[in-house]
Amino acid sequence: MTAPRRPSAPWLAILTLLGVYLLAAGADFFAPYDAASQDRSSPSTPPTRLRLVDAEGTWHLRPFIYPWKEIEGRFGEYEEDVRSPRPLRFFVRSEALGEGTGRRFFGITGPQRISLLGTDELGRDQLSRLLVGARVSLGASFLATGMALGLGWPAGLLAGFYGGRAQSLLMRGSELFMVLPWFYLLLGFRAFLPLEVSPLLAFLTTVLLIGAMGWARPARMVHAVAARARSRESVLAARGFGASDLYLLRRHILPATAAVALTQAALLLPRTILAEVTLSFLGLGMSEPWPSWGTLLAEAQSLAVLETRTWMLWPAAALALVVMSYHRIAGLLQQRLGAMS
Amino acid sequence: MGYLLRRLGHGLLLLGLLSIGCFLLADLAPGDFFSEMRLDPRVSETTVETWKSRYGLDRSFLYRYGAWLGSVARGDLGFSFANQRPVTELLLPRLRNTLLLTGAGTALAWGLALVLGTLAAARPDGLLDRLLAPVSAVLQSVPEILLCLCALWLVARTGWFPVGGLVSLDAESLPPGARLLDLLWHLALPAAILVLSAFPILFGHVRSAVAEALEAPFVRAARGHGIPPWRRLFRHALPAATHPLLPLLGLSIGGLLSESLIVEVTLGWPGLGPLLLDAIFARDLHVVVGATLVSSLFLLVGNLLADLLLLAADPRLRFDHETPEEPAP
Repeated sequence: MTAPRRPSAPWLAILTLLGVYLLAAGADFFAPYDAASQDRSSPSTPPTRLRLVDAEGTWHLRPFIYPWKEIEGRFGEYEEDVRSPRPLRFFVRSEALGEGTGRRFFGITGPQRISLLGTDELGRDQLSRLLVGARVSLGASFLATGMALGLGWPAGLLAGFYGGRAQSLLMRGSELFMVLPWFYLLLGFRAFLPLEVSPLLAFLTTVLLIGAMGWARPARMVHAVAARARSRESVLAARGFGASDLYLLRRHILPATAAVALTQAALLLPRTILAEVTLSFLGLGMSEPWPSWGTLLAEAQSLAVLETRTWMLWPAAALALVVMSYHRIAGLLQQRLGAMS
Repeated sequence: MGYLLRRLGHGLLLLGLLSIGCFLLADLAPGDFFSEMRLDPRVSETTVETWKSRYGLDRSFLYRYGAWLGSVARGDLGFSFANQRPVTELLLPRLRNTLLLTGAGTALAWGLALVLGTLAAARPDGLLDRLLAPVSAVLQSVPEILLCLCALWLVARTGWFPVGGLVSLDAESLPPGARLLDLLWHLALPAAILVLSAFPILFGHVRSAVAEALEAPFVRAARGHGIPPWRRLFRHALPAATHPLLPLLGLSIGGLLSESLIVEVTLGWPGLGPLLLDAIFARDLHVVVGATLVSSLFLLVGNLLADLLLLAADPRLRFDHETPEEPAP
C-alpha cells in the first residue's frame, strides 16, 4: 500500500474566504450606499449593466452605465435610459452620492443610482445590502464560534486532564446537548426572548444563543485529545520533575489540543453562519436596519421573486460560496489530523 | 438491561430539565401572550387581569410549573392561548405529519446510503465510487436552506410538484389508491430535500465501515469457501459493518428532525415546525414548551431504539455495559 498523498493547502478556498471577510469588514467602503437607504423612484430594478461600449458603438476607457428608466405607462418595468450615460467613478465622496460622509469605493453622481445586483421592493441597493449583510452574518458567526470554543475548549481541556468527576459531568452534559434536536431547542429558547428589540440586542441575542448551543462537540473532541495527552510519557516525566498542574496544562496539554480545536473552529464557523441565516430567515434573528443573509433570503423566497426577480438570490450564492470554502478547509484539516494521530 | 434503564432515566431527567428551562425563560422574559391585548384601547385593564388569572398567569412560577407538571402526568400538555384548544389536540396531528416526513426521509436516505455505500466500498476507485465521491462532497457543502430555495424555484418554474399542505384540496373525493398517490406526490419534494441533505454523511460512513469490514480475515475466508461476491458483500461484510453505523442512526434522526423544521416552514408542510414558529410569534407558552418537549422526546426514543438495535446486532455489548463509542465526525 502506498502512503496517501499529502493534500496541498486549499489556497483557493482560503483566498476566497479572505476576500469575502475583507469585503465584509470594509462594507461601509465597498458598498455604494447605506443598507437602509431607499430610492422609492426605482423599486425592484434589475441589475445595472456595466458598459464599455455605448449605444453608438463607440468604445470608452472608463466604464459607464445607463440608469434604469421606467417604461411609460408600464408600472415596474424598466428600460435603459441611453440618453444619459453616467461614468463610473472610484473613491467618490459620499456627499456626492447623498450618503453621509467618508468615501465609497465606487459610485455614480447624479439623481439616479447604480445597483449592480438590482434593487429590492423599496429601491434599496442589493449589493450594499449583501455586503452589510455579510458583515452582520459573518460577524455573528465569528463571535458565536469564539464563544462556543471559549466554553468548549477549557471544559474539554480540564475534563480530559483531571478526569474523574469533571469528566463524567462533561460527558453526560455534552451528550444531552448533542442528543437534542438543536434547532427546536434554539427556537424554544428564542421564543421567550423579546421579539422586537434593537438591532444590536437582536445581534447579541443571536450570537449568545448560537454560541451556547455549539460548545458540546468541540468540548468532547478536545477532551479526547487531552485525556490521551495526559498519559503521554513526556507529561509523566514532567510531572515526575515536579511540574505543577498549571504548567502541564499550559505547556503540554494545551498545545496538543490546538490542532483539534482549530479543526473544530473550521467546522463551527459554517455551522454558526447557517444557524444565524436560518434564524434570521425564519424572522427570529436580525432585524432592520441590520440586514443579514438570512433576512435577505427571506425576502427572496416569494414566488414572484423566484419567477421574475432572480437577482434577489445573490445572497444564496454568497452563502454557498462561503460554506463550501469552509467545508473544503475543514475536510483537509480533518484529513491531516487523521494522518497525525 | 441496566444500561438501557440508565439511558431511560437520563432521558426523563433531561426532559424535566428542559421543561424547567423553558418555563424559567418564559418567566424571566418581559411580556406574555396578553401583552398585545393591553395595547388595544377597547380592552380594559381588568379584562386582561381576568384573563391572566383564568389561565393562572398571575400565580407564582412554582405554582404554575407544578400545575403544568400535574397535567402532563395526566397526559395533557396544557392549553393554547392563541388557538383556544388543548395543546395535545394541536400537537398530535402535527407530530404525525412530522413523523411521516422525517420517517420517510430517514428510511430513504439510509436505504440509498446502505446500498450505494456498500457497492462503492466493494470496488474502491470503481466507476460508482468515482462518480459518487464528488457528488456527495458537493451535496455535503450545500446548505439545506438553499436546497429549499432551489425546490421552491423548481416549483415556480415548472409546477411539477405541489407546495403546501399534506394533500390536495379535493383529496376527500378521491378513491383510496389515488389518495395515497396524492399524499406521496406532496411528500416527494420535502422528503427529497431531507434525503439530499442527509445522504452524503451517511454514504461516507457506510462506505468506510464496509471497506473496513471487507479487509477482515473472515471475508477472505468466505471468498476461499467460494461464496459468491454479492452474498459476501451483503450477507457477510455489511452486517459486520453495522456496529459503527447504528449510533449514527440515532444522531442522524436528530439532524433530520432539525432540518425538517426548515423544510416544513419553507415548503408549507403542516408539521411541528410551522406550529412552533407561529406559537413563538404569538408567545403561546404551552405550545412552545409542548412542541420542544415532544420533539426532544421523539429524538430520545429514536436514540433508544438505535441503542436497542445495537444490542441486538452486537452480542458483545450484552456482556459489558460500556457506552458504545460514537463515530468520529
